[in-house]
Amino acid sequence: MPKFQSAAELEAFRAQILASRSASKPCIAVCAGAACDGLDSAAVAAAFIAAAQPLADQVEVRTTGCHGYCEKGPNVVVTPGDICYFEVSPADVPEILQATIKGEVVERLVYHDPNTGAKAVHMSEVPFYKHQTRLLTGDNPKIDPMKIDDYLALGGYAALVKALTSMSPQQVLDEVKKANLRGRGGGGFPAGLKWETTRNAPEKTKYVIVNGHEGESAAFMDRAMLTGNPHKVLEGLIIGAYAIGAQKGFMYTRHDMPLLEKHVRNALAQAAEYGLLGKNILGTGFDFECELHFDVGIFVSGESSALMRSIEGNAPEPRPKYIRTSVSGIWDKPSNLNNVETWANVPQIINQGADWFTSIGTEKSKGTKLVSLSGHVVNSGIVEVPMGTPLRTLVFDIGGGVRDGKTLKAIHFGGAMGGSIPADLIDAPLDFDGMSKLGAPIGAGGLLLMDEDTDMVEVARYLMDFLTKESCGKCVPCREGMAQMLQILTRITEGQGEPGDIERLQDLIDVTGVASLCALGKTSGDPLKSMFRYFKPEYEARIASGSATK
Amino acid sequence: MSEINLTIDGRQVKAEPGMTVLEVARREGIDIPTLCHHEKLEAFGGCRLCMVEVESRGRTSYAVSCLYPVAPDIAVRTRSEKVDKIRKLLVEELMAHAPDAPELVTLAREYGADRNRFAREASFCVLCGLCVRYCDEVKKKNAVSFFDNGAVRQIKFVPEVAKNECWNCQECFAICPTSYAQAAYLLTEALAFPGQHQSVKRATKAAARKRVVIPIAPVPMTA
Repeated sequence: MPKFQSAAELEAFRAQILASRSASKPCIAVCAGAACDGLDSAAVAAAFIAAAQPLADQVEVRTTGCHGYCEKGPNVVVTPGDICYFEVSPADVPEILQATIKGEVVERLVYHDPNTGAKAVHMSEVPFYKHQTRLLTGDNPKIDPMKIDDYLALGGYAALVKALTSMSPQQVLDEVKKANLRGRGGGGFPAGLKWETTRNAPEKTKYVIVNGHEGESAAFMDRAMLTGNPHKVLEGLIIGAYAIGAQKGFMYTRHDMPLLEKHVRNALAQAAEYGLLGKNILGTGFDFECELHFDVGIFVSGESSALMRSIEGNAPEPRPKYIRTSVSGIWDKPSNLNNVETWANVPQIINQGADWFTSIGTEKSKGTKLVSLSGHVVNSGIVEVPMGTPLRTLVFDIGGGVRDGKTLKAIHFGGAMGGSIPADLIDAPLDFDGMSKLGAPIGAGGLLLMDEDTDMVEVARYLMDFLTKESCGKCVPCREGMAQMLQILTRITEGQGEPGDIERLQDLIDVTGVASLCALGKTSGDPLKSMFRYFKPEYEARIASGSATK
Repeated sequence: MSEINLTIDGRQVKAEPGMTVLEVARREGIDIPTLCHHEKLEAFGGCRLCMVEVESRGRTSYAVSCLYPVAPDIAVRTRSEKVDKIRKLLVEELMAHAPDAPELVTLAREYGADRNRFAREASFCVLCGLCVRYCDEVKKKNAVSFFDNGAVRQIKFVPEVAKNECWNCQECFAICPTSYAQAAYLLTEALAFPGQHQSVKRATKAAARKRVVIPIAPVPMTA
């Protein structure tokens, strides 16, 4: 295996990979993302691999990360042509294989519009994909996440080469700042400014961290990104480390996703083997290593200061951030933390420039955003759209509208710390600031659709129940405030609401929001706040009538 | 390092860099309530009762004074409508667990807290963590620890450690605002090692000889 001593060696190797691959040789990509895996896509992949073995010179089979259209898994995409087959079972394998070799299409397995019956064969015609801009996830069907060569074949690590060989750390930082890349983890804080703070902090030892602890309810896109294309995230991290002046990085992720662990572990090992991690990367004198770290199974460990405590080996309890973690983080060293999706955006910004990146999106929210679409939606899955896309496009054009012919009641964004907005705000654009103003901040990007039958008190109770269990319990307003809110909400759902409950809840929201130690507590009342803003009559009626949740 | 000038409740005060707002306020005789603070222990920031209003560069924010470092030209207000509302609600929340804890009763009077505002769950512990942190930071024994998280968090004595360490110490009993630490210890002893700690054996023998009552009252702590 090569250990590249220079950028030229890497480029020569890339040319070698490309020369050995024929673009016209058909390739069958079987999705092994979380949803497809749950539908036993492994059996489909195994059937393809077994059947294609004698035909190795005619067709290739690849197991890949998430394609996005979770609703219709197991997904299979055949190149060239990006022919999409849905709900594929092992029994369909021989037919697809034969058709692929002959250059034909298995008509019965392609997309059929549920209303008109119209067929869509190619990815660019399938409504779910047609309205997306898949800059980050588009490569997923083309990459076996266990093979760094697949990533290199698609131009992987070219941005790292460019940064290390033709840009100074300051130039890399300036480019990211100019791109106005905002953190995808929830807050939307400009990544470049955060990088700069860590870069300028006086301590010499600095850390960079990938926050891959996706714990928000109804959010599953970071998992797809990191499992499906781990090298893209790693490349972003190495570039960031170079700009910031960090010598060590951490990938912090969940302990309960074996496939993710396998892929990330493998990616780190391969990158080290190729000399993209370690001492003197590509002969440029830049040293960087990266360690994989797992959570201890609690949501709050995704909070930046708790996460850093966890990496230190302590219990994941948040620390007050009167001194920011970008200045004093892991072991009190400056530590820059960004979310998976944020890091994944870095390589393309370096490759194509800030001007290209800022041409996508709205005035203050640039680039694309990954959104997990779920709830009462026809097409659940992982979606990538330019910032500024109206929610209507997400819900109807891509999502196919509300399930079972029902009408839309509310759109919930941002998981357990997000908010719900009524259906009549559906033309709002997907934008960090705009959505925050509406009371449904994008958060990490979990979009939950709720149909006409949804009980909004029960939704708030459910989300509060989740957060109550995930609080660390260190500070009083979060621990006690949420427990009290949960108790009151539970009473209302049981038909035992009392006069004064709304005021009690309002007080609890106010104090918990101001007095809690970390973001979990501070935003725990946000769903309820949005409900009081848009759905208060429903709460009042429930308390007055004493009717229980059905 | 140079002195830092700031105001607390309108009063000009000077502070050393690195001091917290709470330290400066207490030095100046300005009262800020705390429940989880102890001068021998690292600031914890858990009870949030010491929250104050901080005005810095024209922006008002709320911060816990036990951890907030002094900065030049900040204006601190230790009482305001909002601060009082926060303290009142926090006391009400804690009184759901320990309605008769003396410190809470005093605070309730000061801030007009209603001890019956929220549904009662008499666990008696307010999870200030004084016992846990005192045992860790001062005694370095870790005989008592936090267990579980969120609303079900509790303190528990670790029998294997408590058996050998606690009888001769009992210092956490005195700093516990609700006497729960003592109760938790005795329960642990009764369940896990009744009459087995070395000193109790000695004490029992001695008591039998001298016919005295075994002391269980908290050992007064020297500040």
